[in-house]
Amino acid sequence: MSEMFAANRLNERNARVQKLYQLLLGGMTVMLMLPVIAILSMLIYKGGPVISFEFLFTNPTNGMTAGGIFPALLGTMLLVMVALVASVPLGIAAAIYLSEYAPENWFTRAINLAIINLAGVPSIVHALFGVGAFVLFFRFGTSILAASLTLAIMTLPVVIVATRESLQAVPHAFREACWNMGATRWQTIRRIVLPNAITGILTGVILEVSRTAGETAPIMFTGAAFFLPLLPQSVFDQTMAMSLHLFVVSTQVPNMPEALPFGVALVLISMVLIMNSLSIALRMYLRGKKKW
Amino acid sequence: MSQIIEETPAAGMDTDFDRLTKDWYIDKAAQALMFIGGISAVIFIIGIFVFISKEGFGFLFDGFNFKEFFFSPNWRPTSETRETYGILALVAGTASVTGLAMLVAIPFSVGAAIFIAEFASGKTREILKITVELLAAIPSVVWGFIGLAIMNPLIIKIFHVPVGLNVLNAGIILGLMAAPIMTSIAEDALKAVPDRYREAAEAMGATRWQVIYKVVLPAAKNGLLGAVLLGVGRGFGETMAVLMATGHSINIPTSVFDSVRALTATIAAELGETAVGSMHYQALFTIGIFLFIITFFINLAADLIVRGVRKG
Repeated sequence: MSEMFAANRLNERNARVQKLYQLLLGGMTVMLMLPVIAILSMLIYKGGPVISFEFLFTNPTNGMTAGGIFPALLGTMLLVMVALVASVPLGIAAAIYLSEYAPENWFTRAINLAIINLAGVPSIVHALFGVGAFVLFFRFGTSILAASLTLAIMTLPVVIVATRESLQAVPHAFREACWNMGATRWQTIRRIVLPNAITGILTGVILEVSRTAGETAPIMFTGAAFFLPLLPQSVFDQTMAMSLHLFVVSTQVPNMPEALPFGVALVLISMVLIMNSLSIALRMYLRGKKKW
Repeated sequence: MSQIIEETPAAGMDTDFDRLTKDWYIDKAAQALMFIGGISAVIFIIGIFVFISKEGFGFLFDGFNFKEFFFSPNWRPTSETRETYGILALVAGTASVTGLAMLVAIPFSVGAAIFIAEFASGKTREILKITVELLAAIPSVVWGFIGLAIMNPLIIKIFHVPVGLNVLNAGIILGLMAAPIMTSIAEDALKAVPDRYREAAEAMGATRWQVIYKVVLPAAKNGLLGAVLLGVGRGFGETMAVLMATGHSINIPTSVFDSVRALTATIAAELGETAVGSMHYQALFTIGIFLFIITFFINLAADLIVRGVRKG
């Protein structure tokens, strides 16, 4: 009787084929990650020795071939902050509209399509838009303001998508319970929906910080400069930025010591990956804490 | 109790309809504000098109020669004798790099997506997914730097060619760059296939691989196609990595060791040197319009294809 369930030749062959494919696909997954991990290790190996307290907190000297990256580091922070001020309220409002108000019609589909396209339009086209709209039309000139607004529009989809997801994760029963108490839509959103979604929104904002800090093309012509002797005094000044600084020290400056660009790249990628890890950690903490 | 009455006076003694209360006005005002947020995305997309068209307008109506623009390989905007604005070589550069990148990225990202969605489980899957997400976050200028500082000497050494900044370099860089994003979209597509399909096939005695090959992949076909399209769109629009790793010289490539120049990179490299309003400046904006339209349709197609799956 037990022979009936014993593996026959066909079963064995099928099992072998499956093992083979599992191995192959697993191998491909590893192959996808291995080169990148090797490259990152090389960045750390070559760039690590460059990084010091002085490197982070002094000005570049000697035509940028020596010294630190402080103005670029500060500039990136300024650009990110101004961009967040513009895009976070707008992105959250858009997400609240899409999640709480929007009816299912062509107009809502058009909004969703616009969001997909904002994320999909090439970064250099965003740069052209920034030049045409903010630098020239609104007369902001090449400034932190123009660059940050360009970045804000480009990264708006990040906030919208993350916020919409966390709003929709709040169970509908919560809203109904609140409406039944006589609360208006807005009272429900402010007192019930937003407090329950706030951590999820925060993960989206952190992701946006990471995206904004790494972008280069959109700020090249709208407000970031190759080199500035002075720190920016207002949002109408130009600034240096980490991403553009990496481009400049690795392509535009003659007699560059080999290690310095590696140091800049390492600082930039560390900033971005730390932000992303923070966002992932927050998301996992949130998932563990979830009560519904 | 008293607090609640305070907040909604309409619920108390007021017999009038609650539309006249403060809360009603606040509610309407909030709805209007949220609506403004909602339409902002549409306004920005239209704004992008309007502003780049406005800047490229002069060229489109004055110097624009359809045949020269699309079919001439000569991009010589600063020529002393006669400027020519042909983007054929630039299109060839973009296409060759994107094509090679997809050749690298498609098999690996679909393979990895199948492994993560169907074979891996528990901790392994969690770790793989986080790694993919982190890889997708690496900024493009860092990829460009990797192409320049690590891949370039490597290619020169391995293939004994004089220049390592070429189609091969940029294609590999772009492939590594696009693969994580394509992997996570492809994985979503596989996850969207209902479990009852898998269970039904397994109940018939199919092995895990047979289930994937005969049931899951056909069912996820459109979603996977959407992932590939988004990857193509991304490769097409990538700027910094391509600017730094292609070698940036105008060529219609005949081998992977030729240096090329991409559409996006041309704008990035030349916009800073042109005078606002000059013919050259307007021609760069015209390339921008071309890029905008192409990526718009790629994204639209990907969205329609993926949406088709969700409905079916």
